[in-house]
Amino acid sequence: MKQLLKGNEAMAEAAVRAGVEAYFGYPITPQTELLEYMSRRMPELNRVFLQAESEVAAINMVYGAACAGTRVMTSSSSPGVSLMMEGVSYIAGSEVPCVIVDVMRGGPGLGNIAPAQADYFQVVKGGGHGDYRLIVLAPATVQEAIDLTYEAFDIADKYRHTVVILADGNVGQLMEPAELPPMRPCDPGRARAPWALTGAAGRRKNIISSINLVPEVEEEFNRKLQAQLDVIRRHEVRYYEYETVDAEYVVVAFGTAGRVAQTAVKQARVLGLPVGLFRPISLFPFPEERLAELAQQARGFLVVEMNAGQMVEDVRLAVNGQAPVRFYGRMGGVVPLPDEVLTSIRHMTAKQEDYR
Amino acid sequence: MTIVDVATEELVYERPDALSETFTHYCPGCTHGVAHRLIAEVLDELHLRERAIGVAPVGCAVFAYNYFEVDFAEAAHGRAPAMATGIKRVRPQNIVFTYQGDGDLASIGMAEIVHAAARGENITVIFINNAVYGMTGGQMAPTSLPGQKTTSSPNGRDIETMGMPIRVSELLAGMPGASYVVRRSLHNVKEINKARKAIRTAFQAQVDGMGFSMVELLSNCPTNWGMPVAESMKWIEEQMVPYYPLGDYKVAPELK
Amino acid sequence: MQSELTISGFGGQGALFAGQLLAYAAMDSGLHVTWIPSYGPEMRGGTAHCTVIISHEDIGSPLVRNPAAVIVMNMPSLDKYEPLVTPGGVLVVNSSLTTRSPRRADIRAIDIPANSLAEELGSARLANVILLGAWAAATGVLPLEAIEKALAAHLPARHTDLVQANRDALRRGAALAGATAFRVGQLN
Repeated sequence: MKQLLKGNEAMAEAAVRAGVEAYFGYPITPQTELLEYMSRRMPELNRVFLQAESEVAAINMVYGAACAGTRVMTSSSSPGVSLMMEGVSYIAGSEVPCVIVDVMRGGPGLGNIAPAQADYFQVVKGGGHGDYRLIVLAPATVQEAIDLTYEAFDIADKYRHTVVILADGNVGQLMEPAELPPMRPCDPGRARAPWALTGAAGRRKNIISSINLVPEVEEEFNRKLQAQLDVIRRHEVRYYEYETVDAEYVVVAFGTAGRVAQTAVKQARVLGLPVGLFRPISLFPFPEERLAELAQQARGFLVVEMNAGQMVEDVRLAVNGQAPVRFYGRMGGVVPLPDEVLTSIRHMTAKQEDYR
Repeated sequence: MTIVDVATEELVYERPDALSETFTHYCPGCTHGVAHRLIAEVLDELHLRERAIGVAPVGCAVFAYNYFEVDFAEAAHGRAPAMATGIKRVRPQNIVFTYQGDGDLASIGMAEIVHAAARGENITVIFINNAVYGMTGGQMAPTSLPGQKTTSSPNGRDIETMGMPIRVSELLAGMPGASYVVRRSLHNVKEINKARKAIRTAFQAQVDGMGFSMVELLSNCPTNWGMPVAESMKWIEEQMVPYYPLGDYKVAPELK
Repeated sequence: MQSELTISGFGGQGALFAGQLLAYAAMDSGLHVTWIPSYGPEMRGGTAHCTVIISHEDIGSPLVRNPAAVIVMNMPSLDKYEPLVTPGGVLVVNSSLTTRSPRRADIRAIDIPANSLAEELGSARLANVILLGAWAAATGVLPLEAIEKALAAHLPARHTDLVQANRDALRRGAALAGATAFRVGQLN
């Protein structure tokens, strides 16, 4: 049954139903409803909720609970996620699973609390130190936020990897009818992963560490991480297409920008313009293969983002010069409106550029 | 002449089960080895080895996980109390302890340790205070004494610009959530025996669910202090103890 | 087809709640709907506004530049939103708290003295629902009954005693706007 759900609370309940056993977080707008929801819901279910003293502490509590083989998550927004990046790198270096919800807001600095996508580079490309990538899933609707959060824990466990739900203030604050998934059983006494820290009773001790002083050993570990990322690249690509079958022009946008662009594409179709929408859902792994395919049929691409142009770099790499790639973006928490995107679409189609 | 039947040799000293049979990377004469052994003895004595989960710091004890036969995690610099919190909250049945130096605990990790104590987090903290950054090669620590020469205070700690060293036990004893906060020293056998007792009480406090417990151990660093081991023990006694008085700063009535 | 409504007022006037009520009514009527609020410090004392989009189809953008209808509950909202209503659209004005009439001739403007009417009905807090009733009658996007049902179904349990008062408020606003309303933005 569909209920009218707010993005932040919907992601929280989806995590609960996915069997999250512990939540550690720190208040920050525009994700605070998620933390508040957990503060009620988790104790109700005899699960762990703790408001940490900082995002630094929160992510390290997540790190600890993850080392104990527990399904664990945190949530924050841009400035808080910046603070978490140390822990994120350690978690990557220790290969323990966790889920992070990042409800992005305007920046840099304290910026503002309005929706933005300016942390694409931070979350998708790095943020913390070292050669690692996170699995990054970007919902555009409340339903998608629920579905991706629900699935995130399985993906995290499967690869012993961090999964980030990269939303923005709009997805977090929006209310839409959506359906929640069934409650999964969550047995506190369940067997933990063999690598987990549970006490060395009847087995050799387990150690979880991200230190490898010998460069060759660290390189070997890095090779292993990269091999795992290749597996992730093969299996975890997700995207959504709208009117792309006969599209001669393709708009590429993720999250909120994606749904705004969809309205513009719909309006463009009414005007008879052969435009489609490609909305990456997994930002890592990036759906580069499908974009390369689309580059064979498209005469031009328009990337729309709520930033100065970040994902556009990945689109250009995927399109690889097969077609011109334009960019339209708004920054600082300004959400582009469909009419602006439509204007950009009209500019693109009017130019009749063709590289082939 | 009576032949005295000498009893079979009595084994009075052996490796505790909780201590790994391995070489450590610590400098000769460093008291980290003593502190490790005391912890291991207590874990054996209280039958906690199989329940224990340790959290190692960044600092000289970064490889502590190699020296204990218990499950171990290696934390980010200063974050051990947060990591231990995460572990303890999801595994309250385990005995969780951190092992941290003064740079780790009293400088970069000050927020985490204060809040762990404030929450009354039911973990045990072993705090090694040797008044210097050891692993990075002898820089000034938040616990370096006034006038103490280090590689980053070559003219001695200037209290005008760097302030006075932080007395951690006194600070944390002010946290209502703390059940047991004491300072001991490792500079002679008598004090080591007292330290052992304190470590036992600290772990017992956790077993009894009393909340945050910490034993601060005044320790040496002959390498970075640039003195022979015997002299370093004297330095603890003569220089450190006067500024860092040994004693009990917080003991919950139930532990007395 | 889709229709958009922005509701704007001071924090505490119930702009966000009126929008949510409408969103529930739309959902319960089997329609697609989005509700997006202003959020953060603005909510506490500043202006509060939300946009509700109702559609027969999936909704793309939850925000629009020129909504089909706007309810303005105070003077700053009138100044800000009057120019934004789509031509041919509806502007419902809380004339209790505005000092001028709307100026545009290409939209249908409806003045409703919502605060005085609400006080007549027993509580100033009913102003938002009166204005929502006016919007419903003027646009015909949703029947009043759908909003009434939503009131009964989704008003928090501690407020069930207020359902009847809210119903009266809804009807009062609709009656004032309904007689001469032409229908715009109607879903078909």
